[in-house]
Amino acid sequence: MSQPKTLFDKIWDAHVVKAMDGGPDAVFIDRHFIHEVTSPQAFDGLRKRGIGVFNVARTTATADHNVPTKDQHLPIKEALSRHQVETLRKNCAEFGVELYDLGHPFQGIVHIIGPELGLTLPGMTIVCGDSHTSTHGALGNIAFGIGTSEVEQVLATQCILQYKPKRMRININGQLTKGVSSKDIILYIISQISASGATGYFVEYAGDTIRGLSMEARMTICNMSIEMGARGGLIAPDETTFEYIRGRRFAPQGEAFDQAVEHWRTLKTDEGAEFDVELNYKAEDIGPMITYGTNPGMGISVDSHVPNLSEIPQSELASYTKSLAYMGLEPGTELVGKPVDYVFIGSCTNARIEDLRTVADFVKGKRKAEGVEVWIVPGSVQVSNQAKAEGLDQVFLEAGFELREPGCSACLGMNEDKVPAGKYCISTSNRNFEGRQGPGARTFLASPIMAAAAAVTGKVTDVRQLV
Amino acid sequence: MSKETLDKLVSTAAPLPIENIDTDQIIPARFLKATTREGFGDNLFRDWRYTSDDTPKADFVLNDPTYAGARILVAGKNFGMGSSREHAAWALHDYGFKVVISSFFADIFRNNALNNFVLPAQVSDAFLAEIFKAVEANPQTQITVDLVNQEIILENGLKESFAINAYKKQCLMNGYDDIDYLLSLKEEIKQYDLAHTNF
Ligand code: SF4
Repeated sequence: MSQPKTLFDKIWDAHVVKAMDGGPDAVFIDRHFIHEVTSPQAFDGLRKRGIGVFNVARTTATADHNVPTKDQHLPIKEALSRHQVETLRKNCAEFGVELYDLGHPFQGIVHIIGPELGLTLPGMTIVCGDSHTSTHGALGNIAFGIGTSEVEQVLATQCILQYKPKRMRININGQLTKGVSSKDIILYIISQISASGATGYFVEYAGDTIRGLSMEARMTICNMSIEMGARGGLIAPDETTFEYIRGRRFAPQGEAFDQAVEHWRTLKTDEGAEFDVELNYKAEDIGPMITYGTNPGMGISVDSHVPNLSEIPQSELASYTKSLAYMGLEPGTELVGKPVDYVFIGSCTNARIEDLRTVADFVKGKRKAEGVEVWIVPGSVQVSNQAKAEGLDQVFLEAGFELREPGCSACLGMNEDKVPAGKYCISTSNRNFEGRQGPGARTFLASPIMAAAAAVTGKVTDVRQLV
Repeated sequence: MSKETLDKLVSTAAPLPIENIDTDQIIPARFLKATTREGFGDNLFRDWRYTSDDTPKADFVLNDPTYAGARILVAGKNFGMGSSREHAAWALHDYGFKVVISSFFADIFRNNALNNFVLPAQVSDAFLAEIFKAVEANPQTQITVDLVNQEIILENGLKESFAINAYKKQCLMNGYDDIDYLLSLKEEIKQYDLAHTNF
């Protein structure tokens, strides 16, 4: 009998076109997503080499990072952003790559549209010049972020040279408590193992808690794998996955779908397969999480307190103090009751329809607190249309929330949506780095319902007291 | 494409003893709008280097003339975490850094650096502390980074070896890049592509 294998190894091994002795593997890439920020230099590289895109059918482009989330029908105001989006248009036209541009019904954040369109499927290898490519792994594939030189590699050869990462499995079992979501699971894991705790690893998430999550909730978890340093994270496909994919635009249809499912059912880690590291957590131990510092590992359950200096190892004190100074927080204090200025509900972590439904359910009949600015930025045109079809836009309007047009928005302080210096923003995105949401902006990462609760009360709130 | 090469570097170092330096600090997102690889050095560590009205912050290491000309950046543990933006490697390279020494690097940054002829040299926490100590005692101290023998040597004689995979070492030393190699596999890749449908 052959060696038991992990799901990760099965997919990886099936994609190795050539292994180099003592060197990296040439790994075939099934699906390549590109966007305006990390692709222009790669296309330039192709031009310099005088070559085309290896297989345009495997490449899909969209504009998301640098787009305004208001008046998308008008030309982009900011000259450099406009130039970057126009460069993407030019490059896609010249090289024959399909582009879901502003105004296209499929446009949206690259990691939202892939699964939504059925371009992301189990068993695939997927890359994109963006670290949150790990999102796609929720459907049971190997998906990871790459740099621009690697984007050029994949455009040129449909392969990437990579060393195989080590394997880690994280098992979550048990029942989540009320008000706790998949965002809390991943923020909890990162707070336990730190922002570099999985560097060098590819993570498989398993356990009955994970099995019980919807497809979209699973994406939130895989999305943030990179925030603990992992190359990516994946979840073995199951009935939830197959049902999610069924009927999606570019997914196999009819008989081809049934055949695909038959194959997808084999995509799981064999009994007895070895992981380099295996971690176990109990769902019951997880509370609504919030971050207080400047990396995603600096998270606590909302009813806890910012660590005291005595709880921080000596070697990390300087970084810790710098981080709290940036955040304007004191060691040992509680976050509950801390006023917030902005609420951002969006990003590839939490801007899918289920996230918007959760928020709408919670705020129905309530109003945002005085002085708080609330932005809801759907992850894609399809999410936006769906939200409107369900009347969620009305709920948001009545609550005083602003529903914007799709894009990365305030996740990264690159487009027009920035949080001003010194202001506090509770955000459903994935990074609380210094200046991430704008120079001097202070970010609390949390789940959509925690963000919605803060929007209504005007301060950091333990959502369990409101649901 | 012919590129630069790297085998041995002797230089002073700029110390940045902060842990978990993410690529948003190395180059903030608002400077990612360029469509070429050049010019990012001006905005390297932008928000640590300049105030919001573009005045250089005197206490930041890159604004300290003592460290002018350093080709080595020495940084705290877990350097380059976060965003995959290769602009971080471009910015370091464009500024003039050829080597970053730290006791831990984030994966994507490590690849991006190597693809841009910036060597991420990983040393032990203890040796990193020795380097910081040496640079603090004498900012003009020369550090030798010997890629051929995979060693970092301080003036006081202390040294430590660092790991780098053989393939990447050859690439750096010979100015060879991954695409050259992958293009040589074109026929095999084509076969694979044809034989594999999308599921
Ligand atoms: S939403 Fe944020 S994290 Fe996601 S792709 Fe856009 S910028 Fe990156």
